[in-house]
Amino acid sequence: MVPEDCLYTEDHEWVYIEDEIATIGISEYAAGELGDIVYVELPDVGADVQQTDSIGTIEAVKTVAELFSPISGKVIEINDSLIDDPEIINRSPYEDGWFVKIEMNDKGELDNLLDFGKYQEFLGENH
Amino acid sequence: MSRTIFERFSDGKSGSFIPENDCPEVGFDILFQRKTPTGLPAVGEQEVIRHYVELASMNYHIDKGMYPLGSCTMKYNPVVNEEIAGSVQFTGLHPLQDEEDVQGALELIYNLEAALCEITGMAEFSLQPVAGAHGELTGMMIARDYFRVRKENRKTVLVPDSAHGTNPASVVTCGFTPRTVPSGEDGLIDIEILGKELDDDTAVVMLTLPNTLGLFEKDIGKIVKMAHSAGALVYMDGANMNALLGIVRPGDIGIDIMHLNLHKTFSTPHGGGGPGSGPVGVVKHLTEFLPVPRVVKEGDRFGFCSDLEKTIGKVHPWYGNFNVFVKAYAYICALGASGIREVAENAIINANYLMKKISRHYDLKYPGPCMHEFVASGRNLKKYGVRTTDVAKRLLDYGIHAPTIYFPLIVEEALMIEPVETEKKETLDHFADVMEKIAGEAKDDPDLLHRAPVTTPVRRLDETAAARDPEFCWPFEKGE
Repeated sequence: MVPEDCLYTEDHEWVYIEDEIATIGISEYAAGELGDIVYVELPDVGADVQQTDSIGTIEAVKTVAELFSPISGKVIEINDSLIDDPEIINRSPYEDGWFVKIEMNDKGELDNLLDFGKYQEFLGENH
Repeated sequence: MSRTIFERFSDGKSGSFIPENDCPEVGFDILFQRKTPTGLPAVGEQEVIRHYVELASMNYHIDKGMYPLGSCTMKYNPVVNEEIAGSVQFTGLHPLQDEEDVQGALELIYNLEAALCEITGMAEFSLQPVAGAHGELTGMMIARDYFRVRKENRKTVLVPDSAHGTNPASVVTCGFTPRTVPSGEDGLIDIEILGKELDDDTAVVMLTLPNTLGLFEKDIGKIVKMAHSAGALVYMDGANMNALLGIVRPGDIGIDIMHLNLHKTFSTPHGGGGPGSGPVGVVKHLTEFLPVPRVVKEGDRFGFCSDLEKTIGKVHPWYGNFNVFVKAYAYICALGASGIREVAENAIINANYLMKKISRHYDLKYPGPCMHEFVASGRNLKKYGVRTTDVAKRLLDYGIHAPTIYFPLIVEEALMIEPVETEKKETLDHFADVMEKIAGEAKDDPDLLHRAPVTTPVRRLDETAAARDPEFCWPFEKGE
């Protein structure tokens, strides 16, 4: 995934859309702020999720953060390799460090998300 | 780093001598006979003494220096309390003794509960829970049973994002679902958002007062009214009661259930020096749900009473951590009503004084005035590549315990500082000076901060490895 092609939430999740499938991860900024990630909890495959639902937990040395779903739909795949090796997220937040793939219910929800430029602006204003 | 007591094993000496067995060995199945050494440390008495004195000298504690650990209220633990609690009249008691033989202890429990009621305005207290989070859970169980009796199926507990981190965990443990209420720009509960979240599924509004930003909810009266008119209860995490003593009584503002931390507000030791105690207080219409046994007074006799129809049951064996009650009661008696209020006043004055001084060199997201603690931010040092964690580590080099960092989560690069009332002005000034010096070092020599601490017995630890790959057991063979 190329950061420029993703959409973002203000909670620093990214979404990459391919047909009806949304791949979700956390931005490089978020991974940097969290620092070394030591543990992640992922949702069950098949789970139905709503936009803004908490779908996972990210535990770093200094804090614990939740992963909020940027869109509604059904979880069709999770990135198992993060369980044993969560530092992948720090190393490769946009590629190997993806969290889940969700089959979207409503593409209209994408309108609530920020594009790369807007996300950069958001980071500039708030951080 | 010094050797562990197990590594001193090789000295080959021992402080104890077991006489030669001159009796025939009987009734001992060969299967259970040990064939290898026990692995227990065997060192001479002098070595043992030196070992523990060395450990004690490396330890950092409130009797050694300032301990501004936000949210934890690390105040001085008066020696007289320890002396009274250590008296054999108390330590010699056994919980199974006849009530007639322990009238004094029961009277102390009864009086302490009454004192906590007077201080907080609650109708009754139970001293049974043994920690703050245990008090939260007990409070949630009371709420659960209250709604069960009323046949109301309410499932949600609203928790502001400025509440203590244990609150949502206690909610989940009790079977409720927590929902976060975001704070407004001023760090206080946004009552418009609260109004939207409140409905007939809301069981409890669970807030921390003052909140973890060290701010008093100025709309608390309105918040309580809104919760009550939605049919919900209001739980107050009273871990920060140190700021309210003698000034605000939660019972008077409509709080239904609350807990206190005797090991914070009432000067009893924390952690390893504890144990803790998290008494729970309730309003009149919830007293019948309190844990049993209750300590009751009939005429001039005291006794246990378990005859409470709607009780949530026992939450701890016996009656909680009795020895802690003695210390808290001694503290309250020594201070009296006016002294109790002075505690809060001085805690607030100290925190505001320090906040003002620190704000010259660190960011303040919520400029205050604050209550007993405040949250500064190290985000202004990020441009030098320095993080709050580096500032905290560097403080150790100056012989000061670091404040709470990265909490609350709603403040970036948070430094949560609670000076407490027992520190004098010179100590606060010294802390502020050191913080200023560190801010200067961040600019001039950031690498120094990245390497910190450099003067402590253990240098910076690999926290990531410790979290990812922890080793919990001491490998005994190393010591043999």
